[in-house]
Amino acid sequence: MRNRVNDFALKLANVNGTGSASANGLLMQAIFRMGIPVSGKNLFPSNIQGLPTWYEIRVNKNGYTARSLDYDLMIAMNSQTYARDIKEVREGGYLLYDSSWPLDPELLRQDVHFMGVPFAQLCNDNFRDPRERILMKNIAYAGTLVAALQVDMEIVAELLEEKYAGKKKLSESNTRALRLGYDYARDHFDLPLPFHLEKMDANSDKILIDGNTAVALGCVYAGATVAAWYPITPSTSAMDAFKVFCEKYRKDPETGKNNFIIIQAEDELAAIGMVIGAAWSGARAFTSTAGPGISLMNELLGFAYYAEIPAVIIDVERVGPSTGMPTRTQQGDLLECAYASHGDTKHILLFPSNPAECFEFAPVAFDLAERFQTPVFLMSDLDIGMNDWVVPRLKWNDAYQPDRGRVLSLEEIEKLPKFQRYTGEDENQVTPRTLPGVHPKASYFTRGSGHTKFGGYTEIPDEYQEVMDRLLKKHQAAAKHVPAPIIQRRPDAIFGIVTLGGCDPAVREALDLLAERGVVGDFMRVRGFPFDSAVESFLAEHDINFVIEQNRDAQLRSLLILETNVSKDKLRSVLVYGGFPLSARHVIDGVLEELGLQNKPVFVAAGRPKGEVPMEE
Amino acid sequence: MPSIVKPVATHPSLQRNELGLTIRDYEGSMSTLCAGCGHDSITAAITRAFWEVATPPHMVAKLSGIGCSSKTPAYFVNGAHGLNSAHGRMPPIATGANAANRELIYIGISGDGDSLSIGLGHMCHAIRRNVRMIYVIENNGVYGLTKGQFSASADVGSKSKRGDPNRMAPIDSVMLGLSIGATFIARSFSGDKEQLVPILKAAVSHRGFALIDVISPCVTFNDHEGSTKSYLYTRQHDLKATEADFVPPSSEILAQIGQNGAVNVTMHDGGVVRFKGVPPNYDPTDRRKVMDYLEEHQGKGEVVTGLLYLDENVPDLHEMSNTSDIALTKVPYHKLCPGAAALHRLQEDFR
Repeated sequence: MRNRVNDFALKLANVNGTGSASANGLLMQAIFRMGIPVSGKNLFPSNIQGLPTWYEIRVNKNGYTARSLDYDLMIAMNSQTYARDIKEVREGGYLLYDSSWPLDPELLRQDVHFMGVPFAQLCNDNFRDPRERILMKNIAYAGTLVAALQVDMEIVAELLEEKYAGKKKLSESNTRALRLGYDYARDHFDLPLPFHLEKMDANSDKILIDGNTAVALGCVYAGATVAAWYPITPSTSAMDAFKVFCEKYRKDPETGKNNFIIIQAEDELAAIGMVIGAAWSGARAFTSTAGPGISLMNELLGFAYYAEIPAVIIDVERVGPSTGMPTRTQQGDLLECAYASHGDTKHILLFPSNPAECFEFAPVAFDLAERFQTPVFLMSDLDIGMNDWVVPRLKWNDAYQPDRGRVLSLEEIEKLPKFQRYTGEDENQVTPRTLPGVHPKASYFTRGSGHTKFGGYTEIPDEYQEVMDRLLKKHQAAAKHVPAPIIQRRPDAIFGIVTLGGCDPAVREALDLLAERGVVGDFMRVRGFPFDSAVESFLAEHDINFVIEQNRDAQLRSLLILETNVSKDKLRSVLVYGGFPLSARHVIDGVLEELGLQNKPVFVAAGRPKGEVPMEE
Repeated sequence: MPSIVKPVATHPSLQRNELGLTIRDYEGSMSTLCAGCGHDSITAAITRAFWEVATPPHMVAKLSGIGCSSKTPAYFVNGAHGLNSAHGRMPPIATGANAANRELIYIGISGDGDSLSIGLGHMCHAIRRNVRMIYVIENNGVYGLTKGQFSASADVGSKSKRGDPNRMAPIDSVMLGLSIGATFIARSFSGDKEQLVPILKAAVSHRGFALIDVISPCVTFNDHEGSTKSYLYTRQHDLKATEADFVPPSSEILAQIGQNGAVNVTMHDGGVVRFKGVPPNYDPTDRRKVMDYLEEHQGKGEVVTGLLYLDENVPDLHEMSNTSDIALTKVPYHKLCPGAAALHRLQEDFR
């Protein structure tokens, strides 16, 4: 029996609305506290109760935590999806199911070990309340997994204690249910399974956080005071978190008043309008939304661009077009955001790859919006925003001061003979602005209609073009100020890989695995638009660049073609856009196919279980 | 929106307000609207109201959407920041501006197309939030800039310039406002500055959203026979239901019970609205009575004008949100950023 320690993947198949999320989160958190690199991906439906939902946990001692497609263990708790779930278990893998009811023999697989635990029966025998019987089944299977995978029981007990502190009855029920699953498994199977956990020390400087929470925290630290939004999946939890943090940190200790305001708008048109109004007044203001919200915001995004008003838009991308799949992930809003609104418009985009960068980029977004007096998009997605990621502890430098850009003070205004809004550009082509309520001499008429560099109305071609040309140069100047790309070169690389956002861990893993096979590539992750010159240089260095992204139309590749001088023949796409997070296998398969190399099956997790078969009762 | 600069010469005999400013200091650039446009009279009333109230010009922020009416913020209070936004979107932009800086006087200028069609939802929600602002609908029943299409405020049977009658029921901003909790509702007529100026002054003092619908005939597209928004029709059918004076907070005055049992309403800032004349059984603080009165008289084709409804008891956006008393834009950054030590402690929750 060959043991495989800290290197496997689980998939938990549940019915949504039955309380499985807390059991799954408990397992994930326990593994995290055991110091082992881990990731959890919640693949949930756009529904409140009754539809299939999955949760995947990948454990990898080497730190590869992109989604794995090779499931060593399936926890099949949803009879609606048995057939599909059983098919997904890797050869030689295991499947845990509720044996309170017999499994259809047709579904059995010879190459998979079936482990039946009568969870429903156990819970019916031990709990009275019907709702509790359903909820506790989840904790019971968590108990079985604790035994099967050697999750540290002390840590699990500690987590339950923290979670149910002061709720004695709940705590007691959970502990009892956990024990039911644990004891049954111990009594009936030869455990642990050949793949299991052992404590490590990889997480002492890490935290477990989702991107929406992190970006909200970043907005608090950036000094945002006005937030306007319309509820939309998958961005809603960002504003929820902003509210929680503001309640905690933004109540004035002396007055008890709020040093923030959050307005739930009537729609996204209004949400962006409020942000623009607040930023025009001098506040740091933002909205959080998703693709459909951006579609509605297009009109006023063009206004903010043309009238040169800062705005920060957090776009937590989901699957489009139209309503699409609201609870699935995609990078499908790149082009829409880059050129949002009619006429000639271009916007600054930031591409965080994980929650830590969501936090880090939030103040950057506000700084850039105010420095360049223009909308800035922070492009997160459902995978980054709603899944818990293990990331380095967030850092904050107390020396940070917001870059408010060129805003004239009262003293500066008093010295001016006359204020003219769109004159006096600096090296970034930015002109000074004034805020309402400061001085009558600083007043101007902000307009989305054609205007001269003095801010006056115009319909004269030269006057109009002069302003539009400066806006283009201003956009280009921002390239030097967005976060630079992350580039990793390997000796003897024969191609480059370009990617962005949450593709990062899967692409890095794929490059390592490819290199092991002698297929060596360089890595670049773009982090901002307009593109830094390093982006173009990287592309130029390689005859072949694979652009890995999560949308159908190769939107990053299109942006690279449009906004660099690199020939499009050099750019080849690997596109995965079905709505689930990217896996290294997608990348490897795509690259090998494009290179014309025969693709042998690659198993992302090393080794295979060949242990004894734990017998069913 | 072409605008022509006016000469700045000021005659020494011009009266000065408390701030030592003349009415010229509250003017804007020259209007480019059609000669005789009702909107210009409203602009003049706004200019006068701000001058009389003696608001420092830079403490006003004027916002608008798109349309003839929305051009007019360029024509008053030059010393105020102006923002001419997109069609129908002024209410959310004003809401955001107010959210950030509650210390300014916000005036939004809109039209019936802007407010009752494309931006209807936004206006309704600004009313619900009781955003503290003066909201003027310059209501002419037509789209002027696109040359004469009916707007949503056109009355059934009102005829277009070509002679086609409108068949769809109008959206009446006053009745709408009453039904969704507006706290200050007035209707006036651009040709009646005497009525409009005190209403505007009262609106400056109002605790929340002040909705002022002003019938403002479009001389080019809606001033013909058969129109119910023409000068002639409005003059013939104007029923001045209430007569109100505004007494600013600084002028101490003992409350006087008006005629016909009318009421004095103390505004949030201490100013008083004195209803000198109201019809029998009319109470401008009783939503239902106001609605009944309007139903009765508007049903007869009358245009009921005056400060029709007033409620100073509803908290505004900031009060509802428990926002800091000073403008959020003035809260220093060190009060906004929890700092590195707090971040360190917080992250124990993420373990």
